[in-house]
Amino acid sequence: MDVDRVESILKRYDHQDSSLVAMLQDLQAEMNYLPEDALKYIAETLDIPLTRVFRVATFYSAFSLTPKGKYQIQVCLGTACHVRGAARIVDTLERHLGIKPRGTTPDLLFSLDTVNCLGACAAGPIVVVNGEYHNEMSPLKSEKLLKQYQKTEKDN
Amino acid sequence: MKRVNSVEALEKEREKIRAARDSNKPCITICTGTGCHAAGCYPVAEAFKKALKAQGMDGSVDLRNTGCHGFCERGPLVVIHPEKILYQRVKPEDAEEIITETIKKGNIIERLLYEHPVTGEKIAHERDVPFYKLQKRIIFGNNGAIDPTSIEDYLALGGYDALAKALTSMEPVQIVEEIKKSGLRGRGGGGFATGRKWESCRNAPGNNRYVICNADEGDPGAYMDRSLLEGNPHSVLEGMIIGAYAIGSHEGYVYVRNEYPLAVNNLRTALDQTAEWGLLGKNILGSGFDFTVKINRGGGAFVCGESTAMMASIEGQSGEPRPKHIHTVESGLHDKPTNLNNVETWANVPYIINQGADRYCRVGTDGSKGTKIFSLVGKVNNTGLVEVPMGITLREIIYDIGGGIIGGKRFKAVQTGGPSGGCIPESLLDLPVDFDRLTEVGSMMGSGGMIVMDESNCMVDVAKYFMNFLKEESCGKCTSCREGTRRMHEVLNRITEGEGREEDIELLEDLAFVTTEASLCALGGTAANPVLSTIRYFRDEYEAHIRDKKCPAGVCKALITYEIDPDQCTICGLCQKTCPADAIEGKVKSKKPFKIVPERCIRCGMCYEACKFDAIKVT
Repeated sequence: MDVDRVESILKRYDHQDSSLVAMLQDLQAEMNYLPEDALKYIAETLDIPLTRVFRVATFYSAFSLTPKGKYQIQVCLGTACHVRGAARIVDTLERHLGIKPRGTTPDLLFSLDTVNCLGACAAGPIVVVNGEYHNEMSPLKSEKLLKQYQKTEKDN
Repeated sequence: MKRVNSVEALEKEREKIRAARDSNKPCITICTGTGCHAAGCYPVAEAFKKALKAQGMDGSVDLRNTGCHGFCERGPLVVIHPEKILYQRVKPEDAEEIITETIKKGNIIERLLYEHPVTGEKIAHERDVPFYKLQKRIIFGNNGAIDPTSIEDYLALGGYDALAKALTSMEPVQIVEEIKKSGLRGRGGGGFATGRKWESCRNAPGNNRYVICNADEGDPGAYMDRSLLEGNPHSVLEGMIIGAYAIGSHEGYVYVRNEYPLAVNNLRTALDQTAEWGLLGKNILGSGFDFTVKINRGGGAFVCGESTAMMASIEGQSGEPRPKHIHTVESGLHDKPTNLNNVETWANVPYIINQGADRYCRVGTDGSKGTKIFSLVGKVNNTGLVEVPMGITLREIIYDIGGGIIGGKRFKAVQTGGPSGGCIPESLLDLPVDFDRLTEVGSMMGSGGMIVMDESNCMVDVAKYFMNFLKEESCGKCTSCREGTRRMHEVLNRITEGEGREEDIELLEDLAFVTTEASLCALGGTAANPVLSTIRYFRDEYEAHIRDKKCPAGVCKALITYEIDPDQCTICGLCQKTCPADAIEGKVKSKKPFKIVPERCIRCGMCYEACKFDAIKVT
């Protein structure tokens, strides 16, 4: 574990345990997941029970205790996207990647997640890959999109 | 910029900003709201920048990236001021032509105009497009006119004059009275009287008080709070500062979803600007009033939209609600009196202070005053954000503003109120929309999501969708909610799997009763609405699933079959190429139409999407 890195996050919030959620968000953003030893370090340094850190880390869906893939795919399952067939997009991606939502491929290339609503409802169904929005998606289009990323990886 | 220490100084600066602006100078505004972002607005903005520079016009034409204009369906949207010519679905390659034709010569480019879906007429000006014409945009209207990262833009349009008025010519109690008189009710879903909430918080014993802006917009299908925060963050902040002054609070929080990074950024910029200008911080405008605002980012938990859960989350805990026999206005954040309002509610405050409660009251119904922003989405032609007066009918929203159902299909239901709301059938389309009427028919206002469904949506599937959402998002504290949502989902799931039992509808109603009655917070308390409203209005669909093992809408996988219509099959072989299950038999260039082998078909729907000749049928 990179102590300096974790320490600099804690410093950002003056080591105040009321900012625990924000600290874990920054850690997640920087490390792509919440490493166990970092969580232990935070609990010790802030002098709060490790159970509380784990409770927060497992309560909020934005946190992951395992590393995420290089390409993080999020399929929006908001109501507007659902009524336009988003569930079939999840099915398609599941089938192609061989993983379920919240999973990551063994080569750490792709993670698949579903999100409740991304607030781009008018343009649904929405698929986001590493922050890039793809609108009016369908099973066929999502298959093509995935193949593009797979090809980029292969070519590299 | 130096800080302004008095109302006079603020007005002087405002005059300076206005004097430096020429209202006749051409201005190109580009919507960079989420819908247009997804449709590719940034390359369009880049193209305009380049083209203006290339033609040496970057000094004589203003270019402004604004927040969401609302008409997301037609994005990327570009409006040419001062004429307000609306160009829709603009591509980067259109930029040069718009500059040479419209800006230079004043010619309108027909191709980029909105076409009336019925009359076919091309409409040049934003105000004449039916989508905008029938709205009343008192809160959302400035979104299209200002750059959200520019406090000068907001000031030029009269921003912070409500704050100036409140601080210099109104006593805090007077402000509370004005808000009470306006009849403003919470826009986040509950519909509680805002003025009364403020009054209770103001009168609660204790020294420290907090105000919170709830921007944890969790209802799927609703994005007006996001668009307000992204597009006009100062209007929300101004409302908060006025509210804090009225209540007597010196510390505020905005709890915003981390899924909305642009909203977080624009809000942060707005906070820095207001601090710099002296509109936040110590001695605001020389009034002696101090107030600061902090941002808290949510962690992706729906339940944190509930007030007590949100306060726990701001304290750095997991967001679990607590019983509310002690109200949060008396003991909320850090056990101090806390007033929480939603983004849209706060944004209404400056308007009410400026225009007065009497004028505000003229719009709306007896019990619901003012306007409401809805996100009109789903199977409707003109999707986007619409701001309408309370009391407008569903039919007006969906057909007159929304332009009816996509592809000429038949309307089936409109879902309002998010996971706490319900599905409203065709027979109630003339219902006037306000807080009380929506509740009467078994749905609710919620934060303003309005998801339109057509004949190809299965109502049992929709109920199952919401129950799945709620079972995942239930924090688990109350057994009734944790287990109730889970069991209801189980029952709904087996109905959609073709294993529904005769007594299942009754069982759902029983579970719904217990979940509603025995749960602490609104999540459990309203969790049954999607189930109860669909049973109430679409019982026949449930019965078709349970008795006939059929899904009339053709959605539930276990109950449908895909077939190829031999008369429409052109033997092109596209379906076979797309099929991931190798379930389609046939040969290209043969004389025999292709055929789906039911045993191998996984009902993924890929062939249905791939076929260009509508030859795949779902039964």
